Amino acid sequence: MIVAKQKPLEEILEGVKNAGKILVAGCNECVTVCESGGKKEVAVLASALRMAFMNQGREVKIDEVTLERQCDHEYLEELRKLIDQYDVVLSLACGVGVQFLAEKYMKTTVLPGVDTCFMGVTEQRGVWTERCQGCGQCILATTAGICPVSRCAKRLFNGPCGGSTRGKCEIDKDLDCGWQLIINRLKELGRLDDYEILIPIKDWSKERAGGPRKVVREDVR
Amino acid sequence: MRLQYPSSIRIICLPCTGKVDLIHILRSFEKGADGVYVVGCMEGSCQFTAGNLRARKRVEQARVILNTIGIGGDRVQMFNLASSEAPRFVEIAEEMTRKVSALGPNPIKTGRKQMAA
Repeated sequence: MIVAKQKPLEEILEGVKNAGKILVAGCNECVTVCESGGKKEVAVLASALRMAFMNQGREVKIDEVTLERQCDHEYLEELRKLIDQYDVVLSLACGVGVQFLAEKYMKTTVLPGVDTCFMGVTEQRGVWTERCQGCGQCILATTAGICPVSRCAKRLFNGPCGGSTRGKCEIDKDLDCGWQLIINRLKELGRLDDYEILIPIKDWSKERAGGPRKVVREDVR
Repeated sequence: MRLQYPSSIRIICLPCTGKVDLIHILRSFEKGADGVYVVGCMEGSCQFTAGNLRARKRVEQARVILNTIGIGGDRVQMFNLASSEAPRFVEIAEEMTRKVSALGPNPIKTGRKQMAA
């Protein structure tokens, strides 16, 4: 899932300070799971904003909506009839949702309510960690299911660097060395010989370095 | 034990303080409550394991939000006591009433009056 964390309330308040009508829009997908932009977070943020404005003696209309997804036309269409009522839509979706909403409704100010962080997993309640950077050329088959692009700070492809100490990365003593994890798992799989196979130079043009990317499937269009 | 506690307090009964959500606390203030306090079982004796610990975290979340928006985080507090401690219940009620009275009314109410004027 895409992991995001809510922006500081001070920053959000600054962004909406001149608005008279605000729609707080949540998303039922990733940001709900990482507890940053689902229905519950929408209710809490809307309540906080209402109180902040009331405390200033200002009457600001603040409504709430949580869409199934903000990254699909069909769900964003649900806002079509009501979006013109608002000066600002405060979207608690990831950056993808915020942008798609903004692209679709050109005349409405759309502000992000969360900072989108990475694609990751829920390790435990309240702890999310990165697992994928969407590099466009998956090599997990050769690295025992552990990604050196997202788990190694240097994105090395053929073994750890000299900063790996006792299985930890030199940038943070609590961070596992991605390559140590790969080697450990290769051992468990009885495939340690694969560690000797050189991984060829990666085509980084398939990653973000190649500019904004696009996937087109003619068979399902 | 016919103990008296301040009549300004409105009790909302819950099966466990773990049921208290952040939004419940915030809505109370939004509706004009001057203070909110959550009274849970002693830490370590929750029948549902961690209900009172979760409630404490939510109270802390509410405190941060109320401080940020200028309502005042001191208006919300968590207390722990056993169900047999009626005198302590009264003490807490009186303590919280004194504290909230000293803080004055919920500023939202003043803001609402300004809006109505």
